[in-house]
Amino acid sequence: MISALEWSIILLSLKVSLAAVAITLPAAYALAWLLARRRFPGHSLLDAVVHLPLVVPPVVTGWLLLILLGRTGPLGALLDKWFGVTLVFHWTGAALAAAVMALPLMVRAMRLSIDAVDRRLVAAGRTLGASRWHAFRTITLPLTLPGILAGAVLGFTRSLGEFGATITFAANIPGQTRTLPLAIYTGLQVPGGEGAVTRLAIISILLSLGALMASEWLIRRNTDGRAHVV
Amino acid sequence: MSFEINLTHQIGDCTLAVDFACDAPCIAVTGPSGVGKTTLLNCVAGLIKPDQGRIVIGGNVLQDSARRISVPVEQRGAGYVFQDARLFPHLRVAANLAYGERLRGADRVSRDTIIDTLGIAGIMNRWPANLSGGEVRRVAIARALLANPRFLLLDEPLASLDQARTDEILTMIEHLVSALAIPMIYVSHQPAEAERLTDTVITLS
Repeated sequence: MISALEWSIILLSLKVSLAAVAITLPAAYALAWLLARRRFPGHSLLDAVVHLPLVVPPVVTGWLLLILLGRTGPLGALLDKWFGVTLVFHWTGAALAAAVMALPLMVRAMRLSIDAVDRRLVAAGRTLGASRWHAFRTITLPLTLPGILAGAVLGFTRSLGEFGATITFAANIPGQTRTLPLAIYTGLQVPGGEGAVTRLAIISILLSLGALMASEWLIRRNTDGRAHVV
Repeated sequence: MSFEINLTHQIGDCTLAVDFACDAPCIAVTGPSGVGKTTLLNCVAGLIKPDQGRIVIGGNVLQDSARRISVPVEQRGAGYVFQDARLFPHLRVAANLAYGERLRGADRVSRDTIIDTLGIAGIMNRWPANLSGGEVRRVAIARALLANPRFLLLDEPLASLDQARTDEILTMIEHLVSALAIPMIYVSHQPAEAERLTDTVITLS
């Protein structure tokens, strides 16, 4: 069955993906809100930049991260000097690569849900005495919860499958950055690796499927009863 | 002076210009659709900032361009019943009613009186999507009243209701007006409806 090594790969993948979603979620929501609700100079430019990882080859994204955040890169050198943090060859680097790749998908899902919230409801809340922040917390946020969940699941599954940017930026280090896709790729390079590859591939499919079904269930549970009973 | 409203506001090609002052507790605003009745209410509620003007209701200055005063929406204390009701779809009726009540505290008229008068005690646990048109209106009116308003703004609260419901709700509003004794602006495109509530009718054209 599943060996101890394979378990460690699964756990590493989950850790990397969960970390990627956790760091991206607030940023993605803030960006989605900004793009949906505000018009400002540079709006289209920001929109384009957010979507860049979706259209640029993942290897290129990984390479750009390497230039910026590698040990000698402008940001990487500062991180190393101030915090003693090195992202390259470390699981946090894999999480960051996955986070960057997941960002556009998460922003898109959340932005759609924010666009769908009727601003007149927010105005109604304000006439009832709610400050901007209170109205956001009690109206916009709960009404966009399905979008937040959908975005989180998309981001999570995208992170689980992330390959190109991860291997370019964080490399393929067993126990640190060798997540499921990288382990499957590595398994295909060595003779006799087919068994492990099959098991890891099946697990990848099950994890993604599980995440998808869990989110569907959560969204249904969250919105149950609100719709018309036919 | 209950009302002192003097404002001009431009939307697209149309200019809304209003200037009146009166002592009546309740005024009705009528006029054909598209003339700016809702815009006027939005200016009073603070949802739209008029290009220039002065709005004083019940002695409180809400807007005064000359003195650069513009009280934020949430501090104006409007009890605004929107034409499209705007119940929060993610909250049950009870939570919709509690929304403004929790923020401002209702003490002017007791909660039970409002709920009984509007006949909504039996639908507290329902979701807005499962209410009839008349129920939606009554919940919207109750929600505005429970937020302890300093003045009421009613925007066609009877639109799209059948005759029986119209009479029923109009009677309730008459009831509440005398009980609450706070200034009210009632917008309607039906002059008959307006005249039933008040002698002070302003016609926009």
